[in-house]
Amino acid sequence: MDRILDNRNALGLLFMLPAATLLLAFLTYPLGLGTWLGFTDAKVGRAGEFVGLENFVFLFGDPVARLSLFNTLFYTAVASVLKFALGLWLAVLLNEHLPFKAFLRAIVLLPFIVPTALSAIAFWWIYDAQFSVVSWTLQRMGLIDRYIDFLGDPWMARFSTIAANVWRGVPFIAICLLAGLQTISPSLYEAAALDGASGWQRVRHVTLPLLTPIIAVVMTFSVLFTFTDFQLIYVLTRGGPLNATPLMATLSFQRAIPGGALGEGAALATAMVPFLLAAILFSYFGLQRRAWQQGGADR
Amino acid sequence: MKDATTDSTGMAYLTSLPRRVVTVWVPLSVFLFVLLFPFYWMVVTTFKPNEELLSREGNPFWVRNPTLAHVKKLLFDTAYPEWLWNTMVVSVVSTLLSLACSVFAAYAIERLRFRGSRHVGMAIFLAYLVPPSILFIPLAAIVFQAGLFDSRLALILTYPTFLIPFCTWLLMGYFKSIPYELEECALIDGASRWQILVRIILPLAVPGLISAGIFAFTLSWNEFIYALTFISSSEVKTVPVGVITELVEGDVYHWGSLMAGALMGSVPVAVLYSFFVEYYVSGLTGAVKE
Repeated sequence: MDRILDNRNALGLLFMLPAATLLLAFLTYPLGLGTWLGFTDAKVGRAGEFVGLENFVFLFGDPVARLSLFNTLFYTAVASVLKFALGLWLAVLLNEHLPFKAFLRAIVLLPFIVPTALSAIAFWWIYDAQFSVVSWTLQRMGLIDRYIDFLGDPWMARFSTIAANVWRGVPFIAICLLAGLQTISPSLYEAAALDGASGWQRVRHVTLPLLTPIIAVVMTFSVLFTFTDFQLIYVLTRGGPLNATPLMATLSFQRAIPGGALGEGAALATAMVPFLLAAILFSYFGLQRRAWQQGGADR
Repeated sequence: MKDATTDSTGMAYLTSLPRRVVTVWVPLSVFLFVLLFPFYWMVVTTFKPNEELLSREGNPFWVRNPTLAHVKKLLFDTAYPEWLWNTMVVSVVSTLLSLACSVFAAYAIERLRFRGSRHVGMAIFLAYLVPPSILFIPLAAIVFQAGLFDSRLALILTYPTFLIPFCTWLLMGYFKSIPYELEECALIDGASRWQILVRIILPLAVPGLISAGIFAFTLSWNEFIYALTFISSSEVKTVPVGVITELVEGDVYHWGSLMAGALMGSVPVAVLYSFFVEYYVSGLTGAVKE
């Protein structure tokens, strides 16, 4: 017994066992099962038969599914760009010499801590068609004469959900980038300033290059989780008005769980995988090149 | 790092006060206002009587006749207390389970360096990138087959799929920072690997354990899609799912109790967070920096 426990391979295996069991049973196996289900006509309570690409062909011809792909790409692109720009700005602001710095940092992260489904309810009420506080304020200021129907019009609904997503995502990006900013030595900025660099030039030629590796990782996470977002849309619009705002994740839920078409839902979920892989590979190779550029190990 | 922060006054004296107000304080205040307004709105709505909620007259930013009716309705006429209890049980148990699994896994990968440990480490990182929204359909089939459907155990066993990869990755970083010499000395003195883990590594990794624990707890408290899919009876629902599925009745929205539900579901996790901000932030940024 003692001999086994001294062997690092045997002990390593033993120590990996609990985590590996859970992950293999509830992550790897479902990942494979999900892909398989996408090629079957499984319904709730009935194992499906293999039907080849039928689900994918059907979804490709389905206008709602195509719209969900468009919505997902649009939602991810617009929200990610906004989150990055605002997050970087907020990080730079928080990196200034401020009183109560730790306190400010702590409350900035609050939107990220609170359950999304619950903060989405607050947004739902803020976006209410009849009693929206935003409409009330704008009307009192004389900017609009009718209350805005935030969630009732397709494009308004898209932008309203994007705004809520940005609200939740900015703190995460800002705090992560702030951690990166704090590792940049102020003497670099002083040197750049002495060489006559303007404020914007200092951001462009000092901050951004040094921050690139951390930006790549943070934005990969952000893009992945925005692309597969579910809660906000589910709470705010349920894919409405008139099926105009579903994302791929919410549509696959609708089709698979209340709709009972497990195979079709799984096919929709599987269709997200290539996009996720593309995002991961993009940032992975982006990162490697940067490590070499900065004189890091050339692997 | 310390130097960088104390020195950050660096060039601030070069910018005049009015300019600083415009470039720093104004944008920062706008950010803070937007980020915090929904919380203020939750609080105000919770204590507003219905007549004030459904009127366009008067100032909506303030409560004229505060009432506890919504909170009372939530606590006594709905299953809300049960949802709170369920969320608490599921979050605590799945966090502890994941932490235990992750400690062993991280120690094995980072310290035992068994054959293939690098690949296992990479696989753990990739596992973290698998989003729940592509797993919930096959998981629902598995949960159903295993007879776990509509039970807390279904959530306790599935939450570790996103908690273990994160915690393991974070703890690997902490274990890496503990000097090897400590472990070698103990080995020479005849300590077993188990003793080393319990007596040397774990006490030194306490900050890492707290970070991972807090983060895992908030992640499981916030989880939505698994709880929505695997649970159907009211008495086993979690707070986010219960509020969304049960408090929304037909076309008449009871905004007061909805907001009270959202507020009371957010406060516990916010309070916990406020006690451990530093750990939480270091967990968040540590996982990203690797």
